[in-house]
Amino acid sequence: MTSSNPSLESTRPPARRTEWIITLLIRVAGYLSIFYVALISLFLLKEGLPALTDVPLSSLAGKFWYPIEGYYSLWPLIFGSLTVTLGAALFAVPLGLGTAIFLSEVAPKWVKETLKPLVELLAGLPSVVLGFVGILVLSPFIRKAFDLPTGLTAFTGALLLGWAAIPTIVSIAEDALYGVPRSYREAALAVGATPWQVIWGVTLPAARSGVLTAVMLGIGRVIGETMAVMMVTGNAPVLPSGLGALFGPVRTMTATIASEMGEVATGSQHYQVLFLIGIVLFALSLIINITAFMVSNRRTQRVERLLS
Amino acid sequence: MKLLRITCMILIIAVLSGGCSARSSSEPGQAASVYLQNKGSDTMVNLALAWAERYQSAHPEVTIAVTGGGSGTGLASLANNTVDLANASRKIKAEELAQASAAGADPQEFVVARDAIAVIVHPDNPVENLTLEQIALIYRGEINNWLEVGGEDRPIVRLSRETNSGTHVYFLEEVVRLGNSEDKSIFSPQTLLLPSSEGIIAEVSDNPNAIGYDGLGYVTDHVKMVAVAPSAGAPYVRPSVTTVNDGSYPIARDLYMYTRSAPQGTLKTYLDWIFSAEAQQIVGDLGFVPVTQETP
Repeated sequence: MTSSNPSLESTRPPARRTEWIITLLIRVAGYLSIFYVALISLFLLKEGLPALTDVPLSSLAGKFWYPIEGYYSLWPLIFGSLTVTLGAALFAVPLGLGTAIFLSEVAPKWVKETLKPLVELLAGLPSVVLGFVGILVLSPFIRKAFDLPTGLTAFTGALLLGWAAIPTIVSIAEDALYGVPRSYREAALAVGATPWQVIWGVTLPAARSGVLTAVMLGIGRVIGETMAVMMVTGNAPVLPSGLGALFGPVRTMTATIASEMGEVATGSQHYQVLFLIGIVLFALSLIINITAFMVSNRRTQRVERLLS
Repeated sequence: MKLLRITCMILIIAVLSGGCSARSSSEPGQAASVYLQNKGSDTMVNLALAWAERYQSAHPEVTIAVTGGGSGTGLASLANNTVDLANASRKIKAEELAQASAAGADPQEFVVARDAIAVIVHPDNPVENLTLEQIALIYRGEINNWLEVGGEDRPIVRLSRETNSGTHVYFLEEVVRLGNSEDKSIFSPQTLLLPSSEGIIAEVSDNPNAIGYDGLGYVTDHVKMVAVAPSAGAPYVRPSVTTVNDGSYPIARDLYMYTRSAPQGTLKTYLDWIFSAEAQQIVGDLGFVPVTQETP
């Protein structure tokens, strides 16, 4: 940008000032967002790290989360978040990708043009509304269908959040599939591939990076979701006892922060531990993003090599 | 840009709120304005605030500042003469009384409302009666099937308010620990912690396995209140305004206000108003139990 400026100045002097202002604004906006992220991380670390020294390790690594008596084990909460997130991903990824493939590769044009805006409308559903649907319809249904003691379970949360993640996955994955050049498909069809072989062997691999981004953004939405999950998962900080735990209540990290932060005394142990949970959550989403970035980068390179 | 907008917003808010406070402080110029400090129990903060707001809107010459901090804080401030009115969700202790007398105060006690917790189950649950101890064992996780307390063969699903709610703490101390301060029992980790009273009522009214508790004023017709006996063999009492006020329902407590000496002037008028039908209506609206008319 800066190196091309002198030549622009000489050819179009009147535009110079506006351009300079615009460049400056863009640059400031860019730096500011980096600055904010840095500030947020600093703040998180400053408030949360003292918990590691102030709170006894036996409490942090214990079995119970019961802050008013000084039990601050993070395990039930980490486990809760992971159960709900994995459950939601198992449900949302196949359905979301299937819908995206259907819309992009199989459906006639008019079907696609009606369905895609509808799916995207779903993405705008506020999570409180989703929570209400969960508590009034889904949870009683799940209790009766699986004959469980209560319908407020990790599974209910996973279904609901999976549902919330599907629009994100469909929308982005469909865009990625649509972006694959026609010639790829035509070439595959010309050498005798069936439509299914084209989708599985050519279109999907070519769009891999976009599809992975879609999946990761969907998972990101799930792990950070708070309101709906707080309403339907029961919020009991239980440690897992086998696979059945999916059908029991769990307490997620986000729900814990949301419901307890309002009442803690600033600077208390409980306050620090809540920030520590924030750090763990931050680290988890960072890991997800970095993995996604690395995986999608490697895949694109290989696909491009194959197809060029 | 973002920063600019936020700064603008802060400026606007500052200007607006500055304008508001300036107006309200200059308005009661006609009468001598009276300033009352009211501090204490966190359980009572919302009630005290609602009273203060309603009273101030009818009597603009009176300003009542309400803060929480806990019953002990309020009573200590009363002894130190920094507040006019202390809220307490328990009776004043002997040492607090001695402290206050040493500081030249003669604390007067007023029972301004009562707080009762109803234990609720699904209307189809055949269980009608429970002793306090049975409820404690259920919430500690030692009783896990309704069969053990005379019900159907169903698992028990425990529901509770979140740990930051005053009701949760009261229930923990008085029911789960049966009022024994040495007892360190806690809620079973299986207990579902729901963020709102509505959530508890919704789940109990839908789920025949569930047991929950809530302030008496919040309970609706969609759930069944269990009659509670203080100990095995004692009569079971169903919660109601009558049984709470005559002291027979066991999970209830009085809510107090203390003054430094016999109330006079504005303080007396305010306390008299608190016992009026209008103020006691607010008590009911906030989920507490109104007290019968008393003359302070």
